[in-house]
Amino acid sequence: MAEKPASRWWIAPAAAGVAFLAGLPLLLSAYTVSLLISVLAYASLATSWAFFSGTTRYISLATAAFVGIGTYTVALLSDHLPLAVVLAIAHMIGFVIALGVGLSTLRLSGIYFVIFTFGLTELIKQLVIWFEINQTKTLARYIFVNASGTLIYELLLATATIVIAGVWWLSRSRVGYALRVIGEDEMVARHSGIDTTRVKVLVFAATSAVMSMVGAVLSLRYTYVDPNIAFNSLVSFQVLIMALLGGIGRPWGPALGAVPLVLLSELLSGTFPHHFGIALGICFVVIVFFLPGGVMGLVDRWSAWLPRSALRRRKES
Amino acid sequence: MTAGPLLAIQGLSKSFGGLQAVRDFDLDVPERSIVGLIGPNGSGKTTVLNLVTGEIAADGGSVRLDGREILGRPAFRVCRARIARTFQLVRVLPGMTTRENVLIGRLFGSAPATPEHARKEIDALLDRVGLSDLADQTGAQLTYIDQKRVELARALATQPRLLLLDEWLAGLNPRELQIGIELIRRIRDEGMTIVMIEHVMEAIRALCDHVVVMSAGGLIAAGAPDSVLNDPEVARVYLGDDDA
Amino acid sequence: MILFEVVLSGVLVGGMYGLIALGLNLQYGIARMMNLAYGEALMGGAYTAFWFFMLWRIDPLASMLFSVPVAFCGNWLIYRYLLSPLIRRAANQEILEADTILVTFGLLFVFQGLALVQWGGEYRGYTYLAVPIDLLGATVALNRLMAFVAAVVLALALYWLLRSTRLGGALRAIAIDPVAAQLVAVDVPRLSALAFAAGGAIMAAAGTLVSMFLSFNASIGIVYTLKALIVVIMGGVGRMLGCLMAGLLLGLAEALGAYLVDPGLTLAINFALFLLVLLVRPQGLFSRG
Ligand SMILES: Nc1ncnc2c1ncn2[C@@H]1O[C@H](COP(=O)(O)OP(=O)(O)O)[C@@H](O)[C@H]1O
Ligand SMILES: [Mg+2]
Repeated sequence: MAEKPASRWWIAPAAAGVAFLAGLPLLLSAYTVSLLISVLAYASLATSWAFFSGTTRYISLATAAFVGIGTYTVALLSDHLPLAVVLAIAHMIGFVIALGVGLSTLRLSGIYFVIFTFGLTELIKQLVIWFEINQTKTLARYIFVNASGTLIYELLLATATIVIAGVWWLSRSRVGYALRVIGEDEMVARHSGIDTTRVKVLVFAATSAVMSMVGAVLSLRYTYVDPNIAFNSLVSFQVLIMALLGGIGRPWGPALGAVPLVLLSELLSGTFPHHFGIALGICFVVIVFFLPGGVMGLVDRWSAWLPRSALRRRKES
Repeated sequence: MTAGPLLAIQGLSKSFGGLQAVRDFDLDVPERSIVGLIGPNGSGKTTVLNLVTGEIAADGGSVRLDGREILGRPAFRVCRARIARTFQLVRVLPGMTTRENVLIGRLFGSAPATPEHARKEIDALLDRVGLSDLADQTGAQLTYIDQKRVELARALATQPRLLLLDEWLAGLNPRELQIGIELIRRIRDEGMTIVMIEHVMEAIRALCDHVVVMSAGGLIAAGAPDSVLNDPEVARVYLGDDDA
Repeated sequence: MILFEVVLSGVLVGGMYGLIALGLNLQYGIARMMNLAYGEALMGGAYTAFWFFMLWRIDPLASMLFSVPVAFCGNWLIYRYLLSPLIRRAANQEILEADTILVTFGLLFVFQGLALVQWGGEYRGYTYLAVPIDLLGATVALNRLMAFVAAVVLALALYWLLRSTRLGGALRAIAIDPVAAQLVAVDVPRLSALAFAAGGAIMAAAGTLVSMFLSFNASIGIVYTLKALIVVIMGGVGRMLGCLMAGLLLGLAEALGAYLVDPGLTLAINFALFLLVLLVRPQGLFSRG
């Protein structure tokens, strides 16, 4: 109880930090801002992913699908509707599709969820291709939104801040506990009064909606998209690694994991675009191989590394 | 409220493929009583618990709590209807502390609370089952007996009217057994209704008001502990000294 | 008559799906490894056939003599050195499953990236036995027919092997209960590795066959992994005959869907079928109980 005020001491510095970040574009070059845009986008994605998949251990491989949904919403609608409306629609479409996926698979064993999310990116990509071929007879789309790097940056900063703060807040609420119990033992969750299906489906839908939102904002950078660019499975893999590297036990862990990987991607993608996937895959396999507890063990180790006082605070708040 | 039983099971049945695990099972549990459910391994006792708590779907029958049908409800609703249970193979959440393990019962049980509100109650509950000193250890660090205590405390934290214990006293040494028996007695004296699956005859004699015996999915005997435990038929089923 | 052609083409593709599902069942049903990089072996087999044919005019069927052993060894190495260490240290089945899913998801991008670096992203294909054949009044290309016959021969040979040999009996015992199999002196680790490797080899063979009549590119693996997964779920994990039938069913559904709705929607039809199975019979269409 005494820790209660102590656990909030950092709110003021954090707010100052966000304000500082918001002012950064005034100081930095356009190139650096664009790097930061990627960091913020992936930080939001990894945090969202970790909140659902990291805590419940229902591994979603569909991040790229939801990002792509956001991208395509902008590509299709940005000529006709104001930006804010388009972003809201992207959010909603992501939510509804995730709701459908969750309702049909999350009642069942986890493996069906993995398979479904594994194929979802490809499925939606094919549906978009089919739609485009029948509608526009071409796969190319041009995005003519007048959005400066600074606007995109500020939008993503706001998204990342809300996502990280939201996850921090939710993880100490009943929802956060419910997700953790589901991750540890779903049978216990059911018999302790947790409506497991409802919690899983809603949180999956909410985090997926965030992913669509991020995809939508990110797409303002592009002038050209096609389904193969918008729906790139590598994004799912990247986000997953970021979350696991950064650590799932704490709200800001996944966001931290985004930094090194965005830099690595930046380093490789200009000169060797295809080598990024290889490098990422090999790194990942090597990491897993040398981690005694396995990838999911990493999740536990991260929480074990938390200082005891921090643990206690989380539990008591 | 009428004077009917708190829990009334009638004609409960379940088969797994060709195996009839529970057949036409009846049981009345009066309020504030302890009913013992005994029978050899594989006779269907745990399955009865699983059916009542909504873990698995029944083939037929009826389970009424205070006159209201609860069969067919999902497990979380049964919990919220104020029926709590423990598991034969202990299920403690290994990555959560003792306090958190118990807290979740309070957060989501029949009277959901927020984490802030539940705290003080949880500490009192931990004290009651003798876990205060271990409150900050994780489930994985606890000994077997302490894990059993955590399970009981978690069940109690959901604020049940009916408590279902699946071999909760199994595997305790004689001293722990006495403590366990005392604990259950105290819980009953505070107004709880309890159904306990048990193999420890000493505990059944000491605690139960009524005992029912299952064999091969069916009910073969019922009555006061002393008469049931001295029934030659029951002894035959338990010891298996027949030609079956 | 059109309908007959549609059904025929569905059956021809369905045979292929049955084969790749059998291979996945060896990996997932027997070796108990959910391998998301499974389809990459198909991609490898297809590229091998393509280059052997384009560079040296080697018959695609003959190229299997190279691609199949390579895939076998490659998958054996993956199982032996990447996946089986995970088994030894996993605390429980759930952790093992999560670990293998993540590792094989990583492998998928390694193989796909290698293919992209080496051969680029464009679609490839070659003309092989593109001769129209009259089959009971319907016209089919000889290459499709060849591929189907080869797929069915392979699938039946595998089925016979599993059904009627000592080795097959041991493998089926592992599929039913690895612990019990170990108790009756089945060498579970060795046979699991064998099953995993054989699954990859089958996928490479399927890749060769697919390349004879369909174009492909470096990222085609995911699609076939997905189809194999869906067929295995439909047919029942560990059930070989169920998988063959489910493969045919998927091929038929795709062909009918392509004809009645739109050929661009095959994957959507796959998913629709998958969803239907999940809703109606999560334990598989062709499994008992
Ligand atoms: N989920 C299940 N699937 C198949 N068979 C089961 C299942 N649960 C229990 N059984 C079988 O039902 C019978 C009764 O089991 P159980 O209720 O656990 O017995 P008890 O608790 O009396 O020892 C046993 O033969 C057991 O193998
Ligand atoms: Mg039992």
